[in-house]
Amino acid sequence: MASAAIHPADHAPAVPPPAEINPEAAAQLADLRTPLVANDHSLHWITENICSISEGKTPFWWWAAFIPCATLAAICFSCFGYLIFTGVGVWGENTPVAWAWDITNFVFWIGIGHAGTLISAILFLTRQRWRTAVNRAAEAMTLFAVVCAGLYPGLHVGRVWMAWFLAPVPNQYAIWPNFRSPLLWDVFAVSTYFTVSVLFWFTGLIPDLATLRDRARARGQKISAMAYGFFALGWRGGNRQWRHYEMAYLLLAALSTPLVLSVHTIVSFDFATSVVPGWHTTIFPPYFVAGAIFGGFAMVLTLMLPMRLIYPQLKDMITPRHIDVMAKIILMTGSIVGYAYIMEFFVAWYSGNMYEGYAFLRSRAAGPVTDLLHWAAPNKFPLLPHAPYWWAYYAMMSCNVITPQIFWFRWCRRNLIVVFIGCMFVNAGMWFERFVIIVTSIARDFLPSSWGMFHPTWVDIMTFIGTFGLFLSLFLLFIRFLPTIAIAEVKGVTPMADPHSGHGTAFGYAAGAQPEPTHLLQPEEGGPAHTANSPGAAAAGLRERSVTETK
Amino acid sequence: MPAATLQAPANTIPAMPPRKLYGLGAELPSAAALFHAAESMRDAGFKRWDVFSPFPIHGMDEAMGLGKSIVSFIVLGGGLTGMATALLLEIGSAVYLYPLIVQGKPVTWATIPAFFPVIFELTILFSAFGAVFGMLAMNLLPRWHHPIFNWDRFARVTDDGFFVVVEASDPRFNDKDTVAFLSGLGATNITMVYDD
Repeated sequence: MASAAIHPADHAPAVPPPAEINPEAAAQLADLRTPLVANDHSLHWITENICSISEGKTPFWWWAAFIPCATLAAICFSCFGYLIFTGVGVWGENTPVAWAWDITNFVFWIGIGHAGTLISAILFLTRQRWRTAVNRAAEAMTLFAVVCAGLYPGLHVGRVWMAWFLAPVPNQYAIWPNFRSPLLWDVFAVSTYFTVSVLFWFTGLIPDLATLRDRARARGQKISAMAYGFFALGWRGGNRQWRHYEMAYLLLAALSTPLVLSVHTIVSFDFATSVVPGWHTTIFPPYFVAGAIFGGFAMVLTLMLPMRLIYPQLKDMITPRHIDVMAKIILMTGSIVGYAYIMEFFVAWYSGNMYEGYAFLRSRAAGPVTDLLHWAAPNKFPLLPHAPYWWAYYAMMSCNVITPQIFWFRWCRRNLIVVFIGCMFVNAGMWFERFVIIVTSIARDFLPSSWGMFHPTWVDIMTFIGTFGLFLSLFLLFIRFLPTIAIAEVKGVTPMADPHSGHGTAFGYAAGAQPEPTHLLQPEEGGPAHTANSPGAAAAGLRERSVTETK
Repeated sequence: MPAATLQAPANTIPAMPPRKLYGLGAELPSAAALFHAAESMRDAGFKRWDVFSPFPIHGMDEAMGLGKSIVSFIVLGGGLTGMATALLLEIGSAVYLYPLIVQGKPVTWATIPAFFPVIFELTILFSAFGAVFGMLAMNLLPRWHHPIFNWDRFARVTDDGFFVVVEASDPRFNDKDTVAFLSGLGATNITMVYDD
């Protein structure tokens, strides 16, 4: 491990003459070389900027956002209270549509959570260091989404006081729950997912809570220091602690990776193991997982873009590069989802199964044609039944298949308004996907005599809107009281964090980098150019900077 | 010591009881400096010492001469416990205690594939418990009070400070020599840290 001092001259770069540089390639290179923390900030700057959010006075906008959200959350709980007192009939469920908005919303929310775990676990294992700027907020989002999701099945059981039947214990007749049922697997999957997500999130928070503890103590704020100190568990930041910590964090990431893939897989088993046309599909597990990540990233950006706008100090940590990368993930997962939709459609025809064919070709895809024929010639087509839910299928298709394709274009990925609008379409599209799968399948199953319609009641609608209030209230509380960015982790990807900051490094953008020509580097959002990375100075410059900046 | 106290003139402040020395703290300017200091400390043969930083430093375990963390074994133990728990829970109840015949399907051992999801989930759950609680146990956390917190400057460890602390209980510890050694590493703000 002896670190030989490498003379800057050893890294003397062969600067290509400017004439040879293709401007597009230069822009891409500049992108790759953009530091994860823009503008060469010091470690203290990182601490100061992240902590200032939770330490400053509560801003006006926070109350302006929190009060309506908390009101919606209260409405949500009032609806739950009304449901518990009156019965599950206050929702629009009926026979045959026994699963409707509640399960749609359950799958919608639980899917959103997946992006947080993907960022925190899978991108950690694959050493995608840009994740450090967004993982904390994304993990928080996961937890809050799972909280919202968990409410629905719990209430859908009807008699809430019987919800303990879900637990793996014998009931009063000594009958055990059916361990061979996907619904019970789902109980285990969702509760494990929530618990492990909480543990993972909390483990990541420990060093940052210690930061807040020490800062609160330095400013003489006793109550804050005690509160943060209690949860920081007495963290000291010694390497003898860090080494166990890092091992635990790595293993949590390794455990969460198959876990997150299993959760939506098992959720999809709820449908795939049944015989209902539109549910009985082997493609569901990967299709659900890709959709969950797709919708989850849209929600991450939906929260992150306004947060970045409200707290401009975060702009050097959540850089356009981060948004660009997340838009690319939306594009990739969106394309997988699009493929799954088309494959599902193809198999419905290719299998020759008439019920499956009806569900996809006639009930969904050909719906507008049927409606047009009925409109053009009323009562002339008695054998061509009206397909009431085709609009949901088309909403799903256009939002989820077409919208993400705009992210092929760099301009769209870099234009924050376009990204935000794109994400809104994806959020809506993913809700429609679950609605299409759940409601339209059981509203039109085998026998026309057992067909039915679902109409949401006001309780359905207010409950769904209310869960958004609950989700956003929890997220606002998180922004207000906890570090929204993983402080210790972001410091770990700065050049200063590298103990061998003279030569090639395992950390961040400098890894094996040829010193890049200065003229290729573009300042990030009007910030100064990264002159420290200029040719020749790169090797020695990093080390010098690390000495002076951490004073 | 009591004799010395008795001899003190009445008009002076009574001598404080001797303060117990926890160790020597020293500050280093950067992660790289801390890394090299750790290598020197390791080579000098110190035993009860640690380096403190705002973030984990890559390669520091080797620089300090520490082996691999045993948290991974605790996780393995957790995972095996979880797997055994799930197997026992599912086979015990669904095959032996109360075989529940649903839709005429079998209830024997042959149905074990249906038990895999829960086995998987509990394996993960108990492994995660092993990772988090194992990490806390190995780090002797929670421990809300520690002598090192008596050193005011040390609060910067969670911000941008890099520190080395040698405990007084280290066999090689000796006030003067250790101070000289630490300053030879380029450390500044070398401070005696007391237990109280």
